[in-house]
Amino acid sequence: MSSKNINKKVLSGNHSVAYGVKLSKASVISAYPITPQTAIIEKLSEFVERGELKARIIKVESEHSALAATFGAALGGARAFTATSSHGLLYMHEWLHWVSRSRIPVVMAIVTRTIGLPWNIWPDHSDYMDQRDTGWIMTFGMDNQEVLDLTLQAFKLSEDPDIYLPVIVGLEGFVLGGTYMPVILPDEREAEDFVGERAQPYTIDPKNPIAIGNMTLPEGTEEMFMDMQKSMMNVYKKAKEIDSEYGKIFGRSYGGLTACYKCEDAKYMMVTMGAWSGDAIEAVNVLRSEGYPVGLLRVRYFRPMPTEDYKKYLFNSKMTIVFDRSISYGSTGSIYQDVISSLHLASSKINVVHNVIAGIGGVDMTLKDFYEIFRSFLKQYESGDESNKVVWYHKGVMNNFSFE
Amino acid sequence: MREHVLPGDAACPGCPIPIGLKTVAAAFNGNAVLVIPACCTSVVVGTYPYSSLKMNIVHTPFASSASVASGLREALKQRGLEDTQVIVWAGDGGTADIGMASLSGAAERNEDIIYIMYDNEAYMNTGIQRSSSTPIKAWTTTTPVYGKSEPKKDVARIMIAHNVPYVATASIAYPQDLYQKLKKAQEIRGFRFIQLHSPCPVGWRFDASKTVEVARLAVETGMWILYEYFDNKLRVSGPSMPVIKEGKIKPIEDYIKIQRRFSNINGEGILEIQRMRDNNIEWIKKLL
Ligand SMILES: Cc1ncc(C[n+]2csc(CCOP(=O)(O)OP(=O)(O)O)c2C)c(N)n1
Ligand code: SF4
Repeated sequence: MSSKNINKKVLSGNHSVAYGVKLSKASVISAYPITPQTAIIEKLSEFVERGELKARIIKVESEHSALAATFGAALGGARAFTATSSHGLLYMHEWLHWVSRSRIPVVMAIVTRTIGLPWNIWPDHSDYMDQRDTGWIMTFGMDNQEVLDLTLQAFKLSEDPDIYLPVIVGLEGFVLGGTYMPVILPDEREAEDFVGERAQPYTIDPKNPIAIGNMTLPEGTEEMFMDMQKSMMNVYKKAKEIDSEYGKIFGRSYGGLTACYKCEDAKYMMVTMGAWSGDAIEAVNVLRSEGYPVGLLRVRYFRPMPTEDYKKYLFNSKMTIVFDRSISYGSTGSIYQDVISSLHLASSKINVVHNVIAGIGGVDMTLKDFYEIFRSFLKQYESGDESNKVVWYHKGVMNNFSFE
Repeated sequence: MREHVLPGDAACPGCPIPIGLKTVAAAFNGNAVLVIPACCTSVVVGTYPYSSLKMNIVHTPFASSASVASGLREALKQRGLEDTQVIVWAGDGGTADIGMASLSGAAERNEDIIYIMYDNEAYMNTGIQRSSSTPIKAWTTTTPVYGKSEPKKDVARIMIAHNVPYVATASIAYPQDLYQKLKKAQEIRGFRFIQLHSPCPVGWRFDASKTVEVARLAVETGMWILYEYFDNKLRVSGPSMPVIKEGKIKPIEDYIKIQRRFSNINGEGILEIQRMRDNNIEWIKKLL
């Protein structure tokens, strides 16, 4: 752990991201205001105007342009960052594809928020999940400390020559974005050394002209996309390495693509992603105190899909409950689909895995909710019913929509 | 002039795009990055792994070329590459329509870029649909029976209203004039805008050998006026002098009859086009 004086601050999740960007020495930032992301760009503007961060903030007229300008800057050789939420993210969507396919490293924070209509500013994961197939590495923090640590790690991962893909740092709006908690700030010099010099596969250079993104025949295009998949697969190893290096320097490491809580001897498992993992962990504690051997697997990287972890920690669980804070209408939650396909890759015989859709529209989920959902499924299991359920949990009721 | 424009592009015969690009390459001696949104040029500059230009090219989605250029400009500046020009080369659709917000944003921020709108007066890449820069009465595939019912959006005028340091109009029929304007733009820092009139034989329905002739007729009939606007002053350029200063103007029929996109026009339609042209000339004169 760093021998320097520990610099602790009470920060909101949004400000934690901003500090992460500052410590990573991004030199171009471009964003457009949207609740609940706005505080990130406001804080960064303050850093820049006070001279605490040497960067230009390009104050564009839309999110579509924000990611465009971020891309332009990154292509030109600058470390670049943007952040958005909800409708801003949807408006930007075209650009997410463009950036990942260019293989130019950038980092973006998604401060999640429900998608309208109706107008709603509270968080769920539907905006984030909408970006699932854009070719970005998708991470998600559980608290403000992790969000800051993830931001530094995101730049390093994105700029790794084995990766060269853009990275998303996800956090729930308001639940984390606007909530304050104590955060340890890494030493500035150590952070700079950790993230390192800007690296990217190619840079615009007047002496060696290149053409980026011109018309390409099907075979060449597919080859490029296969390369993306290859790089995604490299993330398994790299993310772990980067996290453990981070742990050695700063004293905090989280493991790899997932974090496990009391998984070792667990007979039953829960799977969560994001801030409500905290409530779910408390539920695990209560259930443990009552003698139920429950564990929790928390998703830190949604993409690439943490297949090995799902197999390792969930395969022997007699009953697993996957919580999704978004839904693919007419289907199930996205994390559930990942869990099922991962387990199926291990064997065609899978134990019981339920899917609970909850917290949509920003509905609060408490310790009590997680506790009761578990108890209810346990009762079913103990009565000998081994069918898998997909339920939409709303106001304490498990709504079962038939798939027939 | 040809040094940076290599043979083997994918343009249609008689295409105005290579004419314009040659002049751009010559003016900046290749020390430029071209930012190109979706348009005919995306195809014209060649298919991967080849390129028909010896300049950096960055292809972008349709709406945001001015924003990409803004980011690029900043990064190159941070690397000390101030002399490398960042140039957007965009069609009228990517400029006057879907790209208008990002163009306006970059102009308002006075980004240090050159924006060239090559104006072929329709969406040619997707097969000749109307754009807001299509002139009134012109046939396109989305104005197939009566021609376009609205007048051409005047983007150069919109850019003047942004108070940017330099706005000019040009024509592919007058490469010397374009060259001088690019040179002038090179001396200025901040946002510079050039609208380049670029008749397209495919979309306007004229013979591929007549591209320059059609472009010249646009100027000679006062349908397209060449000027520069900087230091709060408007200056008419040489080729448009006879029209504005001497009243030497060819009948618009000379321009209209040479292209088949106006083939359904009647007398009333011609009068309407003439009124548009005359109003524009009046506007120019007021600013002189
Ligand atoms: C968001 C989006 N909408 C539509 C298109 C389809 N599209 C590609 S080029 C083009 C027209 C381009 O017209 P213009 O800018 O005038 O250039 P030109 O093709 O005439 O050279 C359109 C509609 C696209 N690429 N992206
Ligand atoms: S359609 Fe017109 S502008 Fe497009 S490539 Fe062909 S000639 Fe050029």
